[in-house]
Amino acid sequence: MLTVENLTKRFSGLVAVDNASLTAPEGAITGLIGPNGAGKTTLFAMAAGFLKPDAGAVTFAGEDVTAQPPHLRARRGMARTFQIVQPFAGLTVRENIAVGAHLRHPARAEAMARAETIGERVGLGPDLDRAAAGLTVAGRKRLELARALATEPRLLLLDEVLAGLNPSEIRDILPVIRAIRDEGVTILMIEHIMQAVMNLCEHVYVLAQGKMIAEGPPARVSRDPQVIEAYLGHGAAARMQAEGGAHA
Amino acid sequence: MSARDLLSPLIAVLVLGGLAFADLPGTLLNLLIFMMIIALAAQGWNILGGFGGLASFGHAAFFGTGAYATLILQTAWGVNAWVGLLIGVAAGAAVGAGIGFLSFRSGLRGSYFALITLAFAEVLRIAANASPLTGGAAGILLPLDYGFLNLQFDDRRWFALIAVLFVGAGLVLARWLERSRFGAYLIAIRENEEAAQALGVDVFAVKMGAITLSAGCTALAGVLYAQNYLFVDAHVAYGSWISIEALFAAIVGGLGTMFGPLVGAVALLGLGEVTKAISGGAPGVDLLVFGAILILTVAFAPGGLMSLRQRLTGRRRPKGETALRSGEGA
Repeated sequence: MLTVENLTKRFSGLVAVDNASLTAPEGAITGLIGPNGAGKTTLFAMAAGFLKPDAGAVTFAGEDVTAQPPHLRARRGMARTFQIVQPFAGLTVRENIAVGAHLRHPARAEAMARAETIGERVGLGPDLDRAAAGLTVAGRKRLELARALATEPRLLLLDEVLAGLNPSEIRDILPVIRAIRDEGVTILMIEHIMQAVMNLCEHVYVLAQGKMIAEGPPARVSRDPQVIEAYLGHGAAARMQAEGGAHA
Repeated sequence: MSARDLLSPLIAVLVLGGLAFADLPGTLLNLLIFMMIIALAAQGWNILGGFGGLASFGHAAFFGTGAYATLILQTAWGVNAWVGLLIGVAAGAAVGAGIGFLSFRSGLRGSYFALITLAFAEVLRIAANASPLTGGAAGILLPLDYGFLNLQFDDRRWFALIAVLFVGAGLVLARWLERSRFGAYLIAIRENEEAAQALGVDVFAVKMGAITLSAGCTALAGVLYAQNYLFVDAHVAYGSWISIEALFAAIVGGLGTMFGPLVGAVALLGLGEVTKAISGGAPGVDLLVFGAILILTVAFAPGGLMSLRQRLTGRRRPKGETALRSGEGA
């Protein structure tokens, strides 16, 4: 569904993303993990068209969309959420979601009705008529998800939709994400919460300092020495192995 | 948009139209006409600044283009006044599209956009003051010739009625913004441009549409002004007074609301007249009052007079409350 090939992005001297490639196969949940500052969000921004890559290509549903602006990618069926939530603060929750729904439903009444259905689906039913500015963190994350869903996407790019949620809120939202996948929507998600990644993703990519350092099923990737070092520092994998050996 | 949505604009037109024919003394009838012209200019400002959060300091550019276009066409080319009106509106809209294309393509927002519009209006004012096409500093005088086809009326009540009808059309346009996808997209851009883009909104196209509509609406006010006073010069047409009155009326009335500009224009100009009467016509007192009202509005009712009404009746819409703040912060 989505392929990014050899994407590179430089911010003056800093290479934020360095020759990174990944594939999100149709109908699956693919994860993108990595330590803070690895370039995950930058990679996402390039996939969704918010940043122009310095090199590389983005292919969506078999077509090269590297040069396309974000709104055209959205029309093709790509939707993203923002890590730092971006609600239309002055509008109600229902109106927020309706902006997304308008993409496929030009009539106001229809878009508002769609907004209600989707809002209820992600658990915002009781908040539909509240101002988006008055939502809790969990509520805003749900709103991000609802708005993206309202565009009826084929590919959903989720940027840390679980960050900042407490364990019970995470437990509530995991089935929602899985249900979206079960409807045939391909998902690519950035996530820090390993429990969720293990739970949801079939395949995980690991980005560290702009480079793709590992990929595979989450269980295998989380044991990869390179991945452990990226998170915990140089030599960590060896130390852990040594400690593990000592205990055994 | 359903028939019910058009009920309140219709009532407003009936009330104002009734007022025009209520045997008002000449000065009050003139005030009513002037209120309608400012309300229309302010509605234009409201489309871009209120709904779209793109505050402009240069709506004079559109007002003046409408006014000059219709007078030049009538005096130099003998064009019919109604055709002149249409071309005046189109010319104003075209100037809007031109300024919009240049500003939005380079991503200007907030105070940068406001300043660039001010600059365009000033350039036009200076050019109009110098160019022979616009009569230079002497301006253009339209010969008196009463008749419906000339959009000039011996009985000024008819002109007031026509102005009221155009204000009604402006209300319908604003109501359509509240009920349409285009309007929803425009408000979404005001609230958060990036998020709107992510949801498939073509930000540039929507902004272009908004500034074109906005400019056309304010240009229509300029045409009416020219037809009413049968005269324009550079200071009247492109002077900053109209940019300021348009944004004053819209902000005081209530940004991003259908009735805001009309309510604001009526309240501001009405109060201005009252102060003039009380102070015995001391020059500039009405401007002093305008300033005080604007400060009070921004401090105590940032959603404008319309939000006060909603507060009183207990109907709360979060939209109006944040319109000004997000408009300024953009």
